[in-house]
Amino acid sequence: MSTSLLLLLIVLIGFISYFAGRARSLAQANGKLSNLHSLPGYHGSYVAIWAILPAALVLGAWLVAAPMYIDSSTRATLPEAVQTQGGATVELALGQVKSVAGGLKRLTTEEISALESGSANLRSTLAAKGVALAGEGEPYMITAAQHFNAMNATNRWLMSAVVLLIAIAGGVYAIRNIATRFRARNQVERVMLGSLIVASSIAILTTVGIVASMLSEAGRFFTMVSPFEFFFGTVWDPRFAAAGSGGASGQFGLIPLLAGTLYIAFVAMLFAVPIGLFAAIYMAEYASPRLRSTAKPLLEVLAGIPTIVYGFFALVTVGPFLRDISAQLNGLVTGNYQNFIQAQSVVTAGIVMGIMLIPFVSSLSDDIITQVPRALRDGSLGLGATRSETVKKVILPAALPGIVGALLLTASRAVGETMIVVLAAGVAARMQINPFEPMTTVTVKIVNQLTGDLEFTSPQTLVAFALGITLFVITLGLNIYALYIVRKYREQYE
Amino acid sequence: MNIMSEAAVEKALDQKMNTVPYKMIGKDVSVYYGEKRALFDVNLNIRENTVTALIGPSGCGKSTFLRTLNRMNDTIENCRVTGKITLDEDDIYDPAIDVVELRARVGMVFQKPNPFPKSIFDNVAYGPRIHGLARTKAEFDEVVETSLHKAGLWNEVKDRLHEPGTGLSGGQQQRLCIARAVAVSPEVILMDEPCSALDPIATAKVEELIHELRTNFTIVIVTHSMQQAARVSQRTAMFHLGNLVEENDTDKMFTNPDDQRTQDYIMGRFG
Repeated sequence: MSTSLLLLLIVLIGFISYFAGRARSLAQANGKLSNLHSLPGYHGSYVAIWAILPAALVLGAWLVAAPMYIDSSTRATLPEAVQTQGGATVELALGQVKSVAGGLKRLTTEEISALESGSANLRSTLAAKGVALAGEGEPYMITAAQHFNAMNATNRWLMSAVVLLIAIAGGVYAIRNIATRFRARNQVERVMLGSLIVASSIAILTTVGIVASMLSEAGRFFTMVSPFEFFFGTVWDPRFAAAGSGGASGQFGLIPLLAGTLYIAFVAMLFAVPIGLFAAIYMAEYASPRLRSTAKPLLEVLAGIPTIVYGFFALVTVGPFLRDISAQLNGLVTGNYQNFIQAQSVVTAGIVMGIMLIPFVSSLSDDIITQVPRALRDGSLGLGATRSETVKKVILPAALPGIVGALLLTASRAVGETMIVVLAAGVAARMQINPFEPMTTVTVKIVNQLTGDLEFTSPQTLVAFALGITLFVITLGLNIYALYIVRKYREQYE
Repeated sequence: MNIMSEAAVEKALDQKMNTVPYKMIGKDVSVYYGEKRALFDVNLNIRENTVTALIGPSGCGKSTFLRTLNRMNDTIENCRVTGKITLDEDDIYDPAIDVVELRARVGMVFQKPNPFPKSIFDNVAYGPRIHGLARTKAEFDEVVETSLHKAGLWNEVKDRLHEPGTGLSGGQQQRLCIARAVAVSPEVILMDEPCSALDPIATAKVEELIHELRTNFTIVIVTHSMQQAARVSQRTAMFHLGNLVEENDTDKMFTNPDDQRTQDYIMGRFG
């Protein structure tokens, strides 16, 4: 019986249990629903949970444990000669045994007996059935494969039987528990609570896992390159070495990348903050509800555009435009039509990234500005202040901490942005302050170091993890600080 | 009062009130929220240096009328006002009138104390600052001090003028809001249930304050408390379902109202 069929059967048992539980509780209620502590639906759910949950858990555990047991048992049937050769050979043999086992299922009994007697070649027989073997088969593999197949078959039957039995037993146990005063509702509630906890811990554990893997890989990097060189080095020149040649050391200075990251993010914020903030003020304070209900979603469409699209918008439109207009300007002033803005430059990336960030700034700030109590607006207007005086002197100061929080969240997005920079600012890791020249960022270099066929043993690739963890710490710091500020702001009005 | 005959009472009151000129005149005032009509041709005049109380059951239009007096209804979407309201002969709904200037002349205190999240000093100095009523530090100090004196708050806050206004107690916050309104030197102060969020002691202080403010300002107060109306006002107007039922001297209103509905409301038979 296949696993999916088994699952289906468990669910079916769960269904039946639900109705059985409902019916039993209804029967016990004697036609008066208020006799029951919990509604019939809860009793049904309680029984269904008992039928499904333990069986599903056992099934899951079995699916993990059984293959391990079968493998080790099959390994034991391999000849002494193979077993003494150690790990890799045994695993290779086991892999072949499994392929043979898969092939044997497609053979007729005559063909199998021919193989067993040695009158037919294992590899060619199986190849004819479409199963490719890595090497010439050994005779012992047929026995081992048959053992493997037999164990698998038993395992399936045993698993199906046990799991179905548990499902039925769970259901029966739960049905026997049902009584008028039985607190099925509270039990169901506890299962609900449990599943919610499991869901949230999965999210948290994933984060922990990601950080842990980054940390361990970064740790390996730091055994090859000293942290001092990495964090304070001013030259980025990783020097790709041919795989395996080793020894080719590069320079892994973080500073030029960090400078580029912060510079581009700064230009982007310079562009996004005033526009976003003004848009938010207009939306929150001046726009009529009808305009607001159409304009706000439209503005937020900007947030839905994939960043790669912004990237080629920069590459094809903004970059050449800036280059040409700078050439014209230069020509008008000096007579020399030489562009002073490169097509790929910090400003190009900054402007396009700024456009991307506008909806974040405006949407977050808008939420915060509308949270300022109406009473404060009325108070100011009632004193004869104009709308803009009210915004400037009362609403913005009241909303300021929240807006700063929103800007920090936006900044952490700017720092983490990749695609726009790759296309708009180039990949040259340079340290300079001219915004019209190309620069690059941490994320771009991570992509650079990890593109292509790579082994994760050299500092050239492992540096990506060190860069990743650095970036993670920066954005995490920004986010935590932003959340702290936003929370502090909330308390003011509650 | 009850010792006098009815006619004598009326005569005495007429003589008393008739000498007081009108500060604001409302003529055929109607208010619509979208399609819904909230006020029906209200004719109500506000006398100078008098406390006028607006009473009536919830939703009767008394707050709506109050807010027409300094055009705070302008901030509400879909709100439309018809009729004529004058302040010292000026039609306040005349397009030539600057609403900002109007609100400087007709100040407002709200139901819930709403100090700005600024210091006590800055709260009071807010109005003078935007209207340019004071220039130097000394002038600001003076206007803040006199306003806080007028609001009876000076002695309680003089040592912590630079602490946030939101840190005061509810009653103190409301008096701070009154000081804030007073600092602009308005001619009329509108109060929308100023004591409904306060405890009895704070209420008593605010009522006492209203009493004192009357000498310098014309006050219109909306209240749900009959006792409060009786205690603080000289004139009372009773609203019901968007109509002005009766407007009279407070003393007469609470002893011998002209309209049966007023009598019923005051006796607590509906509302």
